[in-house]
Amino acid sequence: MIEDPSSSGSPAARLDTAQVDASCRVPLFVLFGSAVSWAVMASVLALIASIKFHSPDFLADCEWLTYGRVHAAAVDAQLYGFALQSGFGAALWIIARLGGTRVSQPWLIGFGGKLWNLGVLVGVIGILAGDSTGFENFEMPRYAGWILFLGYLMIGLWTALTLYRRNEGRLSPPQWFFLAALFWFPWIDSAAHLLLLVFRVRGVEQSLIDWWWSDNLLLVWLSLTGLGAVFYLVPKLAGRPLHSDPLALFAFWTLILFGSWAGIPAGAPVPAWIPALSAVATVMTSIPLLAVAVNVRRTLAGHCRALAANPAFRFVGFGIAAWLAAGAMRIAGALPGISPVTSFTWFGVAQSELHSYGFFAMILFGAIYCSVPQVAGLEWPCARSVRAHFWLGSIGILLSAVPLAVGGIFQGLKLNDAGTGFVELTKATLPFLRASTLGDLLMMLGNVLLLVNFVRLSVRFGRARWAPFCASFAADLKPAEVKP
Amino acid sequence: MSCGPLVFLAAFFALAVSWFGLVLAPQFQVGRLQQETNVVNKAELYPSARPGLARQGLEVYRAAGCAACHTEQVGQTGTVCDVVLIDAGTNHAALIETLIRSGLGRSNPGQYLSELPKPVRQGLNKDEADRLATALKSAGAKAEVRIVPVGPDIARGWGKRRTVAEDYLYDDPVMLGSLRVGPDLANVGVRLPDPNWHLRHLYAPRLEVRDSPMPPYRYLFTMRRIGWQPSLDALQLPGEFAPPPGFEIVPKPEARALVAYLSSLRTDAVLFEAPMTAPSAPAAATATNTPAK
Repeated sequence: MIEDPSSSGSPAARLDTAQVDASCRVPLFVLFGSAVSWAVMASVLALIASIKFHSPDFLADCEWLTYGRVHAAAVDAQLYGFALQSGFGAALWIIARLGGTRVSQPWLIGFGGKLWNLGVLVGVIGILAGDSTGFENFEMPRYAGWILFLGYLMIGLWTALTLYRRNEGRLSPPQWFFLAALFWFPWIDSAAHLLLLVFRVRGVEQSLIDWWWSDNLLLVWLSLTGLGAVFYLVPKLAGRPLHSDPLALFAFWTLILFGSWAGIPAGAPVPAWIPALSAVATVMTSIPLLAVAVNVRRTLAGHCRALAANPAFRFVGFGIAAWLAAGAMRIAGALPGISPVTSFTWFGVAQSELHSYGFFAMILFGAIYCSVPQVAGLEWPCARSVRAHFWLGSIGILLSAVPLAVGGIFQGLKLNDAGTGFVELTKATLPFLRASTLGDLLMMLGNVLLLVNFVRLSVRFGRARWAPFCASFAADLKPAEVKP
Repeated sequence: MSCGPLVFLAAFFALAVSWFGLVLAPQFQVGRLQQETNVVNKAELYPSARPGLARQGLEVYRAAGCAACHTEQVGQTGTVCDVVLIDAGTNHAALIETLIRSGLGRSNPGQYLSELPKPVRQGLNKDEADRLATALKSAGAKAEVRIVPVGPDIARGWGKRRTVAEDYLYDDPVMLGSLRVGPDLANVGVRLPDPNWHLRHLYAPRLEVRDSPMPPYRYLFTMRRIGWQPSLDALQLPGEFAPPPGFEIVPKPEARALVAYLSSLRTDAVLFEAPMTAPSAPAAATATNTPAK
């Protein structure tokens, strides 16, 4: 059962929603505003990388824009710039709302957000300049890693303090997920940073830590944060309580227990027990998938149709479907009969795109569309652009992930047939890559629409807030001016 | 689960277990591997640290993000055994009878005994191979069983055996890669030993491999006016790839380092962990020198 204590507002100690939202204003504008800008930046970089498959000579003479660098920069801009940052914002807003309390030190969180953005900027420029660490999903150079961690500490500590100072004693499902995520990130980030970049371990232990980090970030952290938002937004938008708290608890436990063991690919050059254990854990992640699917379905029973008109709900609904599909793809890819075909192919890329964009980004877009108007006290300037963003985003991700998955299976079958020449099989995947470039383009346009809408809203907010002040200021000045 | 500390403890417990299992335990097992512990041929020091230029090349490889498209890990689906006849001995009649009984055809049995040593049966499992080798030995011949790894990667000539943890002891960072847009490079130093091929391929991939989707790395080269005489390092480029007359294309130090790194990539030492019989015939090594098509 989920209640929004801030909206019930019966006890005197509790604040009303408007007060809670007002305290979120500074950090949310910083975190969401920069996250949306990074989403646009990341999709532009991803598009550049994608075009190189059709014309390898495209921007090839520019060292900073060679494929390996642009690709890594795009992945990290999306991951650190958009995903993590918007996740921090959504967690903060929902924690404050469910706790019925003001955000502690909003300006310091805002400052932490700025520091985080400085870290992302330094890191992305570092990667383009050739300072990537060489570890997949952990390309941010060492110097950027320190800034990012410092930024996170400022955001994370005061978010945790906001949770601690809640007026509602009992924690509800979204708060479990966010609390775990708050703690998860600093552990995995510091472990990876220290063991990969400071006290460097040797040999394949590096790859193992990189896989452990990627899995705990992409599967566990993104799922924790995304599901936290789902368990808050779905009941709120549907106007009904969550079907079952124990079922959500069950999903929470199984996700953190099994999810944190997945991620070591089959056939990796490491002792065989590690990928074997990982494959078992990956298959076990089907349990949280089913638990969440049942819980969301029962919560919405019969209300889906009515809710489909709500743009924020569309994003959330698409996100849940993509989470289930990406989870199914991950499990399929770990099965012993299928993994030899899908490993080293575009199938894995399609899976992670569907997970981090189709699931996480779409849910967070939903959260942004839902929260920002309440926090700013203004409607989105262009409602049509919200709907357009949904269609561009959802068609874009499908157009990107589905051809890549199908192409990946083709590629895998041919890779396993040593009679097929390598260039021949690479050429056979090109039509699929072409479709996915189109998908990248649509997603980029969608992100641009969100950015434009966000900027327009901010400008309106600024005008509405500063206009009376400016007017009074000008009025104060006038008598002084007319004095001879 | 209504109170914060309980949720925190749950998350702490789950992550701690995963950290112990996937970070700490492997560190004890593979993080402290040493040279020689796993190498069959004790005289061989494997793996060895890369020479200086190749070490710099690894940094170029890392900076350019080559691992986005190339893996450095070879897999195998299993191993089979070949029985090789080394010496026919003196009792040819008994030997030929044994060979015929093992499933070889009856026509022209004399050919089995010519041009030794050569494999008489290939692709057997261990038991069959041992049985045949014992039978051949009891017929007075010298025979040995060779272990041959198989799988699509091996068939493509990407390596002789699968790669294992030992192979990466001196790589830093280890870049195993996860996507094969380009061919695997774990053993490329053995497969493509010609540095000039690599330089031309980096400058203009489609010059060496038709229809290759690899982007050119022209920024690793400089085009300069030919001085008194053409540089010895200048790339020999035909037709459309050639620089304008009076100019030459010379590799920068980064290109040289990258090629030195690629040439240093080899995983052909025989390890107990990935058993195989080292190919003695040099013909087997040269057979894979052709560029991957």
